[in-house]
Amino acid sequence: MEQAKTIQLTIDRHAVEVAPGTTLLEAARTIGINIPTLCHIDLKGTCVQNKPASCRLCVVEVEGRRNLAPACATNCTPGMVVHTNSARVIRARKTVAELILSDHPNDCLTCPKCSDCELQRLVMRLNIRQMPFNGGEQSQRKNELTVAIKRNMDKCIYCRRCESICNNVQSVGVLSAIRRGFDTTIAPTFDKMFTDTNCTYCGQCVAVCPVGALTERDYTDQLLDDITNPDKVVIAQPAPAVRYALGEEFGMTPGTIVTGKLATALRDLGFDYVFDTDFAADLTIMEEGAEILDRLQKFLGGDKTVKLPITTSCCPAWVNFYEHEFPDLLDYPSTAKSPAQMFGAIAKTYWAEKMGIPREKLVVVSIMPCLAKKYECGREEFKVDGNPDVDYSISTRELARLIKRANINFPNLPDGDFDSPLGESSGAGAIFGVTGGVMEAALRTVYEVYTGKTLPRINFEQVRGLDGIREATIDLNGFELKVCVAHTLSNARILMDKLRRGELNYHVVEVMACPGGCIGGAGQPYHHGNIDILQARFNAVYAEDEGKPIRKSHENPDIKRLYDEFLGKPLGEKSHHLLHTHYHDKSIH
Amino acid sequence: MAKEIKLQCNVVEQIEAICDKHGNKPGELINILHEAQSLHGYLPEEMQRIIARKLGIPASKVYGVVTFYSFFTMTPKGKHPISVCLGTACYVRGSEPLLEEIKRILNIEVGETTPDGKFSLDCLRCVGACGLAPVVMIGEQVYGRLQPQEIRKILEDVAAS
Repeated sequence: MEQAKTIQLTIDRHAVEVAPGTTLLEAARTIGINIPTLCHIDLKGTCVQNKPASCRLCVVEVEGRRNLAPACATNCTPGMVVHTNSARVIRARKTVAELILSDHPNDCLTCPKCSDCELQRLVMRLNIRQMPFNGGEQSQRKNELTVAIKRNMDKCIYCRRCESICNNVQSVGVLSAIRRGFDTTIAPTFDKMFTDTNCTYCGQCVAVCPVGALTERDYTDQLLDDITNPDKVVIAQPAPAVRYALGEEFGMTPGTIVTGKLATALRDLGFDYVFDTDFAADLTIMEEGAEILDRLQKFLGGDKTVKLPITTSCCPAWVNFYEHEFPDLLDYPSTAKSPAQMFGAIAKTYWAEKMGIPREKLVVVSIMPCLAKKYECGREEFKVDGNPDVDYSISTRELARLIKRANINFPNLPDGDFDSPLGESSGAGAIFGVTGGVMEAALRTVYEVYTGKTLPRINFEQVRGLDGIREATIDLNGFELKVCVAHTLSNARILMDKLRRGELNYHVVEVMACPGGCIGGAGQPYHHGNIDILQARFNAVYAEDEGKPIRKSHENPDIKRLYDEFLGKPLGEKSHHLLHTHYHDKSIH
Repeated sequence: MAKEIKLQCNVVEQIEAICDKHGNKPGELINILHEAQSLHGYLPEEMQRIIARKLGIPASKVYGVVTFYSFFTMTPKGKHPISVCLGTACYVRGSEPLLEEIKRILNIEVGETTPDGKFSLDCLRCVGACGLAPVVMIGEQVYGRLQPQEIRKILEDVAAS
């Protein structure tokens, strides 16, 4: 029998036509009916999904069916007549929400998730003005404050989104439901602290948590103290991806590029100098590009011991991941530090010397779309006599909160510039914030240095996109350079397992832990499962790149000057000391 | 939580053999845990990590299953695990006085093990022998229609066996 191409049904008296396999929740969305849910998440086009049908808030009435049906887990069938707003549905939905509230802490006013909490929004939407059920509180749930992530499991509503992300999207497998019934909680392996597990601090559990159970550790009070301390010189370095998302926190359209306003806001907040991590992204390309060329030349010269593919090393969650899971392959990643750490190392040497500022007076603060960067700041490899190169890192969200606290009218700010000399950047630096961006930036430089020719076309569309794993072959004067790009750690694991089996036939591999790369980072404004937001940021990245007069890292004049005045040459002695790192076996046996 | 004791090599091999026997299939996790526990008496962290590695699943998942089912335990059991049935039939026919008597004689609470490692005490709901209520199991042996005054003799006999 031929399969019907479409299914026709009725939702709230509207005729709807959908493809077979569409759920009632999705079908309703096609006609603008947004059925509430707390557990369901589906970032279309990425592997981010959670469909456990556990919260029961999306129940709807289907004519001819005795029980209410969960819209997220019920497929459309021909002729179905569905009511998403009957009195029965509205009452049932309200009761479900009231039961969720029965053991939920009542501290919304001071909760870090206040105004961004999906449960809070739902309670408002369902017009719940009383709490009829007062449930017990159980004491077995643990709270924890790590350098990056804050856990307050009393607020957990068991949507299991964090668990799905940690296991299915990141394949890290730290979070799991434990115990049963009222004692159930979502906990790291063996109910330990995150710090005692192989958590990578990617923070994607935070990015999808609908409530305040998982949030970031906030460093904004510390930053205010430092800014107001006259003995400190505080300098800012915002990451590429911040400028494509920060505007959302102020009601601006997703995808609005706010680079100029960002620079002004940082100055208004009282930072003494406002530089740019994009500059350090260009620097990363100089070092990593040189490393790629070095390994390639050895390989082509017949050296069989050279480790290929070389993998990128700018994503701190990815670094944690391979230190935990692939300690036998630590020779493969590039030794180049992340842009943020390169910036810190240069700021506290080259720039500090130039300005005559002693290291201990300097406070370098990175503004990152990321939570793993908070962990990265504390790594011993990135400290000199206990003083970190980057003192601490705040997320895009934290910066937004700081701007709001300081009465800065962000959307109306005039555009400002970054300070020199660590503020100038190319389009190659700008695209670091998206999956495939580091690869494309590296290719622009590697191609020109290797071939000695000017690129006929600057864009490498082959490595762009949101597919989990993408590969491309680049012609370098007859040599076929094979590259691969992956985002999310489950996709990275597929590549690393192949590498372990000796079946990974690429020369260069880029990995970003978060879906979409840094634009989907755990420190970004919450996307609440809306892929359009991620797509808008994605488009903004390439628009920013197109608008830059210089689009190749090696053509950035400030980078050239840095090498002339201070570093010498890429992979030189000074670079090796300041801009490169090493990795450790951190596996848990 | 019990102190982590390094598993002996032969135990590691036995656990791995159990996993192999079940084809190292994640779907066999509960059967594997069952056999591992009957072999070793309990499921310490290290054992769960071995099973997780063999099946290619996160240790957190194994721990999730172990803590979900009350049958599985992470505390060492005695040589002779005692299970007192507190199911409806046994309860109305007097299993609670039996439990109290066992606790008094062994001087342990439910979920604990005697210091000499001989006995551990647990409760369960129905062993499917309601006709023999009240029922106590010691190891694989079922004792039916028990009276509290019979307990001491039985425990002494089992301890001497």
